[in-house]
Amino acid sequence: MNPALQGLITILFGVGGCVAYFYLSNLFLDKVLFPARGKNAGQNINRANMVRPWLFLAPALVALGLYLAYPVVETFRLSVTERLPGGASQFVGFENYRRMLAEDKFWEAMRNNMLWLLIVPAAATAMGLLVAQLTDRIKWGSFAKSLIFMPMAISFVGAAVIFKLIYDARPAGQSQIGILNAMWLEFDGGIGSIIILQIIPILIFAFFAVVVFYAAWITAGPVIKPNPHSQISTVFKALRIVAAAIFVWLGVLAALNVVDVATAQFDYGQPQTWLTIPFWNNFFLMVVLIWIQTGFAMVILSAALRGIPEETVEAAVVDGANPFQIFFKIKIPQIMGTIVVVWTTITIVVLKIFDIVFAMTNGQWETQVLANYMYDKLFRSNDWGVGSASAMVIMLLVTPILVWNVYNARKEMR
Amino acid sequence: MSNIAGTKSSLNWAVQISVVLLVVLWIFPTVGLFVSSFRTADQISSTGWWKALFPTEQSETLRAADPDDFAVQLDDGTWAVTGNLYEEGAQASISSWGTSSRDISAYVPGDIADLGDGETITMNETGDYVWTSVEQPSGRGQRVFVTATNPPEFTLENYDTVLGEGVIQSILIYAAAAAVVAVVVGFATKSVGLSNFKMAAYLSGIVVFLVLSLVYGLGTGQGGGQASDNMAKAFFNTLTVTIPATIIPITVAAFAAYALAWMDFPGRALLIAAIVGLLVVPLQLALIPLLRLHLQIGIGKGYLGVWLAHTGFGMPLAIYLLRNYMAGLPRDIIENARVDGATEYQIFTRIILPLSFPALASFAIFQFLWTWNDLLVALVFLIDSSGQTTVMTRQIVELLGTRGGNWEILATAAFVSISVPLIVFFAMQKYLVRGLLAGSVK
Repeated sequence: MNPALQGLITILFGVGGCVAYFYLSNLFLDKVLFPARGKNAGQNINRANMVRPWLFLAPALVALGLYLAYPVVETFRLSVTERLPGGASQFVGFENYRRMLAEDKFWEAMRNNMLWLLIVPAAATAMGLLVAQLTDRIKWGSFAKSLIFMPMAISFVGAAVIFKLIYDARPAGQSQIGILNAMWLEFDGGIGSIIILQIIPILIFAFFAVVVFYAAWITAGPVIKPNPHSQISTVFKALRIVAAAIFVWLGVLAALNVVDVATAQFDYGQPQTWLTIPFWNNFFLMVVLIWIQTGFAMVILSAALRGIPEETVEAAVVDGANPFQIFFKIKIPQIMGTIVVVWTTITIVVLKIFDIVFAMTNGQWETQVLANYMYDKLFRSNDWGVGSASAMVIMLLVTPILVWNVYNARKEMR
Repeated sequence: MSNIAGTKSSLNWAVQISVVLLVVLWIFPTVGLFVSSFRTADQISSTGWWKALFPTEQSETLRAADPDDFAVQLDDGTWAVTGNLYEEGAQASISSWGTSSRDISAYVPGDIADLGDGETITMNETGDYVWTSVEQPSGRGQRVFVTATNPPEFTLENYDTVLGEGVIQSILIYAAAAAVVAVVVGFATKSVGLSNFKMAAYLSGIVVFLVLSLVYGLGTGQGGGQASDNMAKAFFNTLTVTIPATIIPITVAAFAAYALAWMDFPGRALLIAAIVGLLVVPLQLALIPLLRLHLQIGIGKGYLGVWLAHTGFGMPLAIYLLRNYMAGLPRDIIENARVDGATEYQIFTRIILPLSFPALASFAIFQFLWTWNDLLVALVFLIDSSGQTTVMTRQIVELLGTRGGNWEILATAAFVSISVPLIVFFAMQKYLVRGLLAGSVK
């Protein structure tokens, strides 16, 4: 049968079936089970109204339970069992986890995922905020926004093809068809190359290092020099110290990068196969996701910027604040809540990232990420134990955000 | 005050310029794919696509015609082969040429090159050549190296290869016809005073397009080979996955969202919290348990499985979006209806559903984009070893692997796959933005 026809029939059956279910089950409830007449009419109406929500909810609850809740439990069970020949399985405790932790590839995936987690949400949110602010007051802003928003509609696989064309490399001597290599070959080791490839990155890294050290200082400040007037709880003290430690670590990394870049020897005149350069290729993959997610961040932050009360900005203008002060000291604090939401939403996308890596490098050249590692284990090595264990790791990483979302949702409903 | 005004306008210019730069940076990659899909394999591999819009100078190796077939004996007894190096219709302008790979620009047009053994060759700027020989020439045609300026040249050939002969042409013609009809219908219904004239325009356009393609068919039906068979099939498979996987979750979720928004029952708050929690559960967890379940209960790998999976995975977002929207509808309308004796089912279908159209549209776009663009769910729940049920994303990954160098096929296939979401995106951007805002900012 023609698949298009088959699809059409399914739509008719699926939608018709759903509607028929809701209609008939309501009819059954009202006319047969608890008819609203006879001597129990009042009681029957009440009973029917108690059952009805569950009739409306039933298909959705089955779908949710079967496709999202049950797999969490079942994956956990699979992660602590081992498959035996013949379909049986045996409890092995944390053996699968131990085997997974012993694998280099797993740690590579963890490291890369952390890199992604660190960079993509930050970069996409920052770019989104920048575009939202810049387009806010110009006439053709909505047109510009819709073009920057466009990659949201493009599949990760499509984006992978688009960026493979950008990263394409031809042997030296042939004309390059990847724009990145074409630009790279323009560098010849002269003073221009040194400015662009070394001095500017050094400045960026140094600036970043200073910013995170400063952030570390601010975070740790109240713990080191306690303010006698305000007591902070031990939990927050601990959190502050952890955050400060992370900032310090980032700062040290950035400082080390300054040294790296300053002493780097570049391969001028040689076309580079960008996706095979270990460590740095991760960044070339991240660019793809940042390109897609910036539009998302921009749309939401732009709405938040519009929602800022005009008076606060006007008051700042009257007080003589310059545009930068208005942006950083007036606007940003007021949309902090939205920034956090955007950040966490992109974080979840990053944790599940699969298609981009699968299509562009398939985890070769040290670009493995957790979701692709899991796919490898489940469907290539057929190792359900370790595959499920790595799926549980992804779940574990998502859990804090899950708890935070539920907590906020409960707070709002009260 | 004048200097303040001055800084303002210069800042404004800086803002305008940086937005232009950002927009260019953002669309540059997609434009690259788009332009490449209209270039031949030779063009793609000889120059970067960003040069395709301008005349390019490129060096090529070409051959004169086969002397065994085309050599003519002249009156004086010598032999000559005449012709043009280029295929018909080419508009190259030769700036220099040579006969040896060591010196490919030894001559300019009009020069006569001595090939030795009494053979000479000469050519003019347009590639017309005269190759003369004292003896009867034999073997292959004379090789020449030319450096020529070629005007920008685009072709629909790749689309013929990927989609089948003539398909893209008929799609473009039907789309143009549909657009004309849509505009006419839009103006007509607007002047009559119909409030949703846009909807009427869209619908009439879609109907015209579908009728035209059903009546006249798409293309000549001549496939362009393996690539075209697979891609056309994958296109329809993707549609087959997408449409039910978009419509069914909406139907199911709308009822549930209504119950969560407007019915009172114990455990409602808990249920809403659970749905918020399930919003972020990674679907990776579901792969093995559900594949096993599908195999056990006999669904196996196939359309039914992938429809069910997409329904399940889309459900939390659908319920969340729709519930938020429905909860914001005015309470009076619903209570009045209840007082007037409407059943819950009637309230839902007659009042809530029509009022919730924007939210339904937002979710429909999300789900459509997500199912159309999905790779992982299709890989696990749909694509079996027979390869009959492949989808476009999978097909493209396959092309990336096997034909990593065939950029013309790859770019065209990728562009075909992203064109449908792009059309949906630009047509219904308003609803997409609204849905995003409802889904994230609370």
